[in-house]
Amino acid sequence: MAEEIKTEQLQNTKADFKSDQVVKWCAGCGDFAILSAIQSALVDSNVRKEDVVFVSGIGCSSRFPYYMNTYGFHGLHGRGAAVASGLKVANPKLDVWHITGDGDSMAIGGNHFIHAVRRNIDMNIILFNNKIYGLTKGQYSPTTPRGSITKTSPDGTIENPFKPGELCMGAQGSFFARVVDTEPKRMREVFLEATRHRGTSVVEVLQNCVIFNNRIHSEITGKEVRDDHQIHLEHGKPMIFGKEMNKGLVLKASRLEVVTLGENGVSEEDILVHDVHNPDDTTHYMLVRMTLPEYPVATGVIRACECVSSYDAELELQMEKAKKNSNFKSVQDLMEEKSFIVE
Amino acid sequence: MSKKTSKVIELDAVVVKFAGDSGDGMQLSGNQFSDTSAFAGNDLATFPDYPSEIRAPQGTIAGVSGFQLHIGHKEVDTPGDLADVLVALNPAALKANMKWVKTGATIIIDIDNFDNKYYKKAGYIEDPLGDGSLDGYNVVKAPISQLSKATVKDLGVDAKSADRTKNQFALGILYWLFNKDLKFGEEFIDSKFGSKNPLLAEANKRVLRSGYNYAETVEALRTTYQINPIKNRKGRFRNITGNVATAWGLMAAAERANMELFLGSYPITPGSEILQELSKMKHFGVKTFQAEDEIAGINSAIGASFAGDFAVTTTSGPGLALKGEAIGLAVITELPLVIVNVQRGGPATGLPTKLEQSDLMQALYGRNGESPCVVIAASTPANCFRYAYVASKIALEHMTPVILLTDGYLANGSELWNVPEIKNLPDINPPFVEDNVDYQPYERNPKNLARYWALPGQEGLRHRIGGLEKEDVTGNVSHNPLNHELMVHLREEKVQKVAEFIPELKVSGEDSGDLLIVGWGGTYGALISAVKDLQETGKKISLAQFNYIMPLPKNTAEVFGKFKRIVVCEINLGQFANYLRMHLPEFSYQQYNKVQGLPFMISELKEKFNQILEA
Repeated sequence: MAEEIKTEQLQNTKADFKSDQVVKWCAGCGDFAILSAIQSALVDSNVRKEDVVFVSGIGCSSRFPYYMNTYGFHGLHGRGAAVASGLKVANPKLDVWHITGDGDSMAIGGNHFIHAVRRNIDMNIILFNNKIYGLTKGQYSPTTPRGSITKTSPDGTIENPFKPGELCMGAQGSFFARVVDTEPKRMREVFLEATRHRGTSVVEVLQNCVIFNNRIHSEITGKEVRDDHQIHLEHGKPMIFGKEMNKGLVLKASRLEVVTLGENGVSEEDILVHDVHNPDDTTHYMLVRMTLPEYPVATGVIRACECVSSYDAELELQMEKAKKNSNFKSVQDLMEEKSFIVE
Repeated sequence: MSKKTSKVIELDAVVVKFAGDSGDGMQLSGNQFSDTSAFAGNDLATFPDYPSEIRAPQGTIAGVSGFQLHIGHKEVDTPGDLADVLVALNPAALKANMKWVKTGATIIIDIDNFDNKYYKKAGYIEDPLGDGSLDGYNVVKAPISQLSKATVKDLGVDAKSADRTKNQFALGILYWLFNKDLKFGEEFIDSKFGSKNPLLAEANKRVLRSGYNYAETVEALRTTYQINPIKNRKGRFRNITGNVATAWGLMAAAERANMELFLGSYPITPGSEILQELSKMKHFGVKTFQAEDEIAGINSAIGASFAGDFAVTTTSGPGLALKGEAIGLAVITELPLVIVNVQRGGPATGLPTKLEQSDLMQALYGRNGESPCVVIAASTPANCFRYAYVASKIALEHMTPVILLTDGYLANGSELWNVPEIKNLPDINPPFVEDNVDYQPYERNPKNLARYWALPGQEGLRHRIGGLEKEDVTGNVSHNPLNHELMVHLREEKVQKVAEFIPELKVSGEDSGDLLIVGWGGTYGALISAVKDLQETGKKISLAQFNYIMPLPKNTAEVFGKFKRIVVCEINLGQFANYLRMHLPEFSYQQYNKVQGLPFMISELKEKFNQILEA
């Protein structure tokens, strides 16, 4: 995407991507780290600032475009994906980022989310998942764990939460990654991969809401536990994790299973090797579903398959072909096609 | 059988109605005969009348699909009140349409379907052919099904396809009856089936001719009619429906603005055809995005507008309700957007295939907040082209959403259209800006209060806009109370200023008189016909048909002031009348309203107007 637009090395700095607006998130909010990582990823992606557009819906995350010194559009609750889709189709040269949250894209915008993914328009959907409604002050969201007590579930929620990755896979997503807001370097790398992917890239950021859902991801991100509770996936590498780097994932009877290297004769050769490009998404699907305590939570790029070309690329081909095959130069020719003249 | 001698009578106009089962090809036959009449130089207006079920139970009243066609040697403004000729392919079609047929009309029936089985399905208790109910009509009992099948027997078409050719047989009878050239009918069939299915095309052509030959020999038809080409009309013409005219008007605007057209839309009756038509136009740079719902349709269009395409969304009543919030977004971001609403009967799902003008208040006010936008309405199938063009021009030059109201009657109805030259249409100049200027997103052109339009990708113009209240000039988010009030006023004033750029209201007839008929949108044909008829009898009556609703033409009060009485006629409970009461309370308004999913009949209007004049 970016490399098609310009091949010369641009001298963008991170500061170039910062707007003059005061950032108004709560002190300690995970959004700051995400903002910083995206600004860094844009420096790495070597894109013209004028070609970047940030689109958002409603929610804390959706203030994001105001803080970027690029083009930006702050839309309606849940509808950002539709705005971003129209924008990209209208001008495929643009580098389109859709910033959304778990309320914005899993509840009110759930329909737009799955259809955006299904169409595979070349854009990046960054989903800030803090598992709570922050801007409206603490109601449960579609990703809130079952049983959680919130302002609107005083007796605990009795709804099953969505896993964004499952929805993405179910909609035949071509790119899905998961990152945590406490790891800036990894976020930066994953965002760069997302923007380079030709198709809809979904990145779920496990983001902390310091006010209404503080430490919701601490079982995954906490310093003490993260090595054992996360598996950071890298393409071409065996799926090994743990403080001692002695645990791994194997496939047994069509199920993933956590094994310990050196135990029961398990060696590194038995461990699954991550293939992000595999058109068959069966393994990717199993990876996004992994939850504590049975499994570690998968982070990194889980799927990145360009086996199907993007909507915008297909449309451009159809448009070129139609233009080549048409004898009409003006709408006038069409209007006159079946007409007759009365003298 | 030998050829009989027949006499030819010249007629000024004739109304023909085709009726049969949905699936019998009534819409196709109607369009085919319309095109033929257009090529023959007749003026015409058509109106399809079909059920919302695709294939309701065969032979029942619910399944009757109709197509009415009015062709004339003189100007024709409506599809006509009552039919001179009815083609009824089964008893249900006859039963459903008898009240829409003139006394003494010619009724052509497919006698093969007139039996007890079909009488029962249609709800007849007695045989309508034997109970005297058709006395005084010229009934042609043609064995249409049987002869159609016999005609194609040796062609090797399957039984179902053979049966479906019967519409062409009936049509063949009409070609003979009205002295129409079969060549046009055959060309129509070729363009419809020719490339895809040459065998089917051949079968249909043979049956068309077979019907023609049958009519030439049968004794029941002794007279044929000639509707001569319309006089005093020169130029390039074609038959066009309102939906196609709307699509082309948008395309013409994109061409003149030198922009790519983006349509974000979701299929809905009766608006879908605009989406279908535009989806075939990629060679003109038209991009159609069939969204997952109405909301995504308009939001994708807003995204496309932000990116610098000429953006449009199309819908019908319930869809407009779903788009309300996003129209507000276009209002506050001050982006050009055309919203076409092909109105239908409501509320909720209502009468999807029937006509109503009941979305006016929704178009004007159906949004949260002070959310003004321009509302205009087309008034004939052909002028959907002009008003789609005008809507586009206003949206693009004034940086505002514009709602274009049409209705199911205009959308599916057709008439003869004097094809304009696109190069002679008014210029469209959107307020684009050069790269690297000192750009403030909400700085305005004092002439029309439009803000300037910088596009992503342009150097030195990066900016952020959105649905939160904007600070005047800079466009930064602002919750300042006085700024909000200022912006509310600016958005309202911008829309009001459009009045300085639209034509003044003209009346049909004298500028003053006893009675001013006021209508808006798609009722024009019936209203002008009734008004003209009464003018001919010496009545001091004129018509003011509104195409510009928000804002109203500047001279509206001046026009109203010259008449003793005003009656506002609408296919709703009086939405425009109430709007006028609000804006021009100094006048008193009488109303004539009808909400039956049907257009006005000229006869009922004349009766009402006479009553008012005599009161």
